[in-house]
Amino acid sequence: MADQAQFSDMAMGHMQALYTAALRMTRNPADAEDLVQETFLKAYRAFASFEEGTNLRAWLYKILTNTFINSYRAAKRRPEKADVEDVEDLYLYHRLGELQGPAIGRSAEDQVLDRITDDEVKAAIESLPESFRIAVLLADVEGFSYKEIAGITEVPIGTVMSRIHRGRKALQKALLDYAMGRGLVASTDAGR
Amino acid sequence: MTVGDDDMASDGSEVDCRQSVERLYHYLDGELTDERRRCIQRHLDECPPCVEAFDFEAELRQVIANRCKDHVPPALLDRVRRALDEEAATSRSTHPPAASSR
Repeated sequence: MADQAQFSDMAMGHMQALYTAALRMTRNPADAEDLVQETFLKAYRAFASFEEGTNLRAWLYKILTNTFINSYRAAKRRPEKADVEDVEDLYLYHRLGELQGPAIGRSAEDQVLDRITDDEVKAAIESLPESFRIAVLLADVEGFSYKEIAGITEVPIGTVMSRIHRGRKALQKALLDYAMGRGLVASTDAGR
Repeated sequence: MTVGDDDMASDGSEVDCRQSVERLYHYLDGELTDERRRCIQRHLDECPPCVEAFDFEAELRQVIANRCKDHVPPALLDRVRRALDEEAATSRSTHPPAASSR
């Protein structure tokens, strides 16, 4: 059982990561700040139930995710599509390879990655439907394992793997759209 | 959890490009058993095109993780600290520590 007096020392260091996740979830700085504050207050009140030695970071993310789903989810205000288009494995790699042509070589694909901006990555993640967005965020930005994500989101691990897999491919499609929109790659024969 | 795979050779025999790509994410996520990981690794040792694809996906993963950070507004930090202090004060006044607790 954890001592509430130690809460700040143990939990405040996670605020930057939690705020980043809250921003991607809510897509809105004001909501993200409210969500983070509510998460910390709930965590503080429930801290006695946190088992010391278990994963505090995953515990905080579980509270954040639950609070988001119950109170802040965009679907309550604005319906969004609940699924993603299924695209092939290695979607971005193959599209960039076709667009750049084989003669230019692999480094051209890495150059495109180098030139994708922070804002484009954030917008691409935020473009994903909620369940895919949360799964990809927890896996690729926060680095949680499939098992941890299943615990945080309270869905079966098979569903987690499916959401991560399909969410990543949809994210690649969104990134390609941004790259083409900004002229990083030619768009003449893209999007096939 | 590590991922089992009926489609993938479990007897240590070779896997092909298609099977490797199907397991690419599990491989990069560190979610394969040691044995299946070694199967993929053996394939990569002999297949430069698959290595390129795996490297691209690994690089993309880094790009996504690194370019998705936001700084906490100082006002939010203050706000959360204040809210926690108030919560602690409220809980102390509601449940004062017993005189014998020290």
